[in-house]
Amino acid sequence: MQCPKCRGNMRTYERNGVHIEQCENCRGIFLDYGELETLTRLESQYSQHAPPPPPPPAHGAPAWGAPHGGYHHGHRQRSWVGMLFSS
Amino acid sequence: MPPLARRLAEIGRAHAGPGAPAELIPTRPDVMIVRVGAIVVKAHAPGMDAALLAPRVAASARLGGIMLPPADTGITQVEERLVSVWPAGEPVDSGDPDAAPWEAAARLLAALHSVPVAALPPLPPAGGPGRMAKTVAALNGGGPEEDVVRAAAASLPPAAGRTGLAHGDWHFGQLVRHPPEAGEWTLIDVDDLGVGDQAWDLARPAAWFACGLLDPAAWDRFLTAYLDAGGPALAGAADPWERLDGPARALTVQLAAAALISARRKGRQVDEVERMLVDACARIAGTDVRPREPHTQ
Repeated sequence: MQCPKCRGNMRTYERNGVHIEQCENCRGIFLDYGELETLTRLESQYSQHAPPPPPPPAHGAPAWGAPHGGYHHGHRQRSWVGMLFSS
Repeated sequence: MPPLARRLAEIGRAHAGPGAPAELIPTRPDVMIVRVGAIVVKAHAPGMDAALLAPRVAASARLGGIMLPPADTGITQVEERLVSVWPAGEPVDSGDPDAAPWEAAARLLAALHSVPVAALPPLPPAGGPGRMAKTVAALNGGGPEEDVVRAAAASLPPAAGRTGLAHGDWHFGQLVRHPPEAGEWTLIDVDDLGVGDQAWDLARPAAWFACGLLDPAAWDRFLTAYLDAGGPALAGAADPWERLDGPARALTVQLAAAALISARRKGRQVDEVERMLVDACARIAGTDVRPREPHTQ
């Protein structure tokens, strides 16, 4: 199959039951009928299953602070203990 | 034991009794602390001015219940170092930081901040801003991370906030239980005690929280306890960050500078925690140097 845009060769991929044709030349993607809807549905399932964002801190946070959810419980704790206890 | 430590141990035995065993307590490299039984003897950092230290020690003698009063209000000099004598307390267990007494610390700082300076001997400025400036000045490398920290330092807002009695260098190494095991928590270390913006005493945990290092739940416990105790540094502010923002920015810069100095001295790469401090400095300076990773799904 040839790319409708640049006439390059197109390769077929199958991802999660969705056929995708991608041009090896211009990287353009061609979707068959109904495949965009399938992708949209998969995307909405993904966002439904994503964990809810943590609640905002009770007393606010500065604008320059770590991006929302910047704290990850546990794994950093050991490495910064020195900072808790020394000047 | 180094010669200075042996001299400190002799001073300690004069208070604790001749048979008490002496032990060198690990601390900052510019300070030496020897424990002799129920007494600790501290050789303060070289260059410490006796005219500044004496009123600080004298003030702590009047702050019982908030700060640990000295075992002896006199200051001696040993090998050009100022030496003070204190009761030995039990430190916070650094092996169990989750059990750190956040609420007790906040209440002690609120109580300290509520003491009118007129009730104490005339005190010098509190040590916070000076320490920050000194640490940034000691940043000598020329790498991109150093540039970020310097840019953040240059962007810091001018000092503001409620001026009053402040500890000047608060962290969990500045808290002991006295008497050991049975007693209440109390603040120690008068070296930076003085008059200044009291929000600086809250700025280390504020910076840890803002950088994503401190569990927001622990920060919330600390801040709530301070507010509930009527802590003057935040009194009357609709949003605590009105007062915390400037000092927390400054402490983030200080912590990042200290981290880079330490990493360069040891010839190692910055670790994840240090990276988070430098990233926060980039946001403070308004230049996010590390591009966000593109989404890959």
